[in-house]
Amino acid sequence: MNEAPPLPRAARTFVAFVALLRANGFAIAPEQTAAFLEAITLLGPRDPEDIRRAGLATLAPPPERRGTYDLLFRIHFLGGEEMPGAEGEDDEVVRLQEEGHGGEEPPLADEANESGEMAVRAEALAQRRFGPERPSNALRRLAREAERRLPRRRGHRRMRARRGSWADLRRTLREAARNDGEVMRLRRLKRRTRLRKMLLLIDVSGSMKARSEDNLRLAHALSQAAPNVEIFTFGTRLTRLTRALRIKRREQALAAAAHLVSDWDGGTRIGDALQAFLAVPRFGAYARGAAVVILSDGLERGDVSALRDAAAKLSRRAWRLSWLTPLAAGADFVPQTEALIAIRRFVDDMADGGSSAAIVSHLLSLRQRRAA
Amino acid sequence: MAVRGTIAGIDSPQALEKALRAAYYLADDGIATAAYLALALGKPLLLEGAPGVGKTEAAKAIAAVLGRRLIRLQCYEGIDASAALYEWNYPRQMLAIRQAGEATIDIYGESFLIERPMLAVLRAPDSTVLLIDEIDRSDQEFEAFLLEFLSDFQISIPERGTIRATERPVVVLTSNRTRDLHEALRRRCVYHWIDYPTAEREARIIMMRASSVAEATARAVVAAVGKLRREPLSKSPGIAEAVDWAEAATLLNKQGARWPDAFKRSIGLALKDEEDLAFIAPRLDALIAEAAA
Repeated sequence: MNEAPPLPRAARTFVAFVALLRANGFAIAPEQTAAFLEAITLLGPRDPEDIRRAGLATLAPPPERRGTYDLLFRIHFLGGEEMPGAEGEDDEVVRLQEEGHGGEEPPLADEANESGEMAVRAEALAQRRFGPERPSNALRRLAREAERRLPRRRGHRRMRARRGSWADLRRTLREAARNDGEVMRLRRLKRRTRLRKMLLLIDVSGSMKARSEDNLRLAHALSQAAPNVEIFTFGTRLTRLTRALRIKRREQALAAAAHLVSDWDGGTRIGDALQAFLAVPRFGAYARGAAVVILSDGLERGDVSALRDAAAKLSRRAWRLSWLTPLAAGADFVPQTEALIAIRRFVDDMADGGSSAAIVSHLLSLRQRRAA
Repeated sequence: MAVRGTIAGIDSPQALEKALRAAYYLADDGIATAAYLALALGKPLLLEGAPGVGKTEAAKAIAAVLGRRLIRLQCYEGIDASAALYEWNYPRQMLAIRQAGEATIDIYGESFLIERPMLAVLRAPDSTVLLIDEIDRSDQEFEAFLLEFLSDFQISIPERGTIRATERPVVVLTSNRTRDLHEALRRRCVYHWIDYPTAEREARIIMMRASSVAEATARAVVAAVGKLRREPLSKSPGIAEAVDWAEAATLLNKQGARWPDAFKRSIGLALKDEEDLAFIAPRLDALIAEAAA
């Protein structure tokens, strides 16, 4: 890296490839580019496959974006014709089966047939732009009180304490060494607590239209306030927004999220969506021991038994399962819809999800609720 | 950065693949290339993939190829320097202070230092391979600590000063991807995502690991396992499960069970989750019959 001569002509095309990847949202550090060039030198390269593999190993595109990487590789080195717009779909989005079979939903083409072009176009129309910023006390409250009031669990790291279950041998010995080996006082350690994992599943279907924008803002505020929050939206697809919402600036994060979610205001089969979520082992693992919060009205178009099974599974894995619905305004809420009645016994809290303030209050009360 | 084209007589991914095969590990071109580049560029190798695709096995095979000792560090939440790096032997230090009486004694001498995997590797980089297993189980504090270790290959012990490796040690990290690793860690490593092997390769792996299994059995198991992996199960069968299943079915068959039945009775070795078994049960017969055909 340090004694490398000025870029030879042959290296330019490889550096240009890195630039192309960066332009398409791959984060690649200069040291990785250097390793890429060294790798190519080492390998020969004897055929394009060597270059492709060297890139995979050194530039480390995330596995869910492999499709996009391969596509850009073909375009750059093999002169492929494909448009990046039709890019290989990323794994962070799971299409639900039989989408578009609900009632009065936008006309989506059947995904089973090969083209799928209609569906892509119909979904493209469902892009969402967020309106101007509305100041919100609820979100400010969340940011302020998250550290103190979000659910915590005992961690496996230890910290100094007056009382605790472990002896702090290191500190005790240091002190003893000063006193000719006399232990005057046994220092102690206790387990440190840390914020519990949280999993937020947001319904973005048509019936939740009034809430989805605010819910996403709230999701962003939550993922900024706590370290391990996983966020998904579901409608006709299941989309992981965790990465997008980790961007600090709100407008930028929401724009990135809006770009990823392409099933705004469509139909939904909540049961199928949750089943799909649980079926991806990597996703399903996020629910284990987590505070799971579902923001949905529970207006299920599909089969209620699928929803019931999913809720049962989620509740077994979760530390606490909350279902926040806009229909549950008021303390004396009694679930009326068939779906909500079916899942009631698996859900720890069924509460008001009608405003950001109500949701924030619920999130911040989770810690006490469990204790109670 | 020390680029070495040849390590232990291995000068290309193909040569490494051959050597790995001799160490009973069937590598595909992707992993052979990544592992070769990691060795040649002196960078750590980060292997990610679903549980049971042979990540740890790969590290063991690499150590065997290089003729080095594998030192394994299993990660868990809360793992810290005293478990990964070094620890002082406090009881011994305490006794030494007591025994010394009026004489002076260095209680931070070599004899009181307990070596943990990362220190052991730094001290003998030419004869060891460090495997940092399931890094996704550790917490972010440890990841940050690891980052420092992996960039300089040196550590400082406050009481003794800095210890630096004389050459870049070979380090393999594995992750099941239960959480996203820090970008900086991925950047520092040579990366490879291990997928499930192709049917052809998996059948060969089964026959290599379990010599009693006939080729037809291996192929049937691979076909069935391939179908199971496409189902929405909470725990898909890995390679080890496929090997166990093939071996168990072969055993049952030798004891007189008929073929499709032998597969069915030993399904517990492939699927280990009650819910998954219940989910697949209605279609199990058809699935096995189809795979065995």
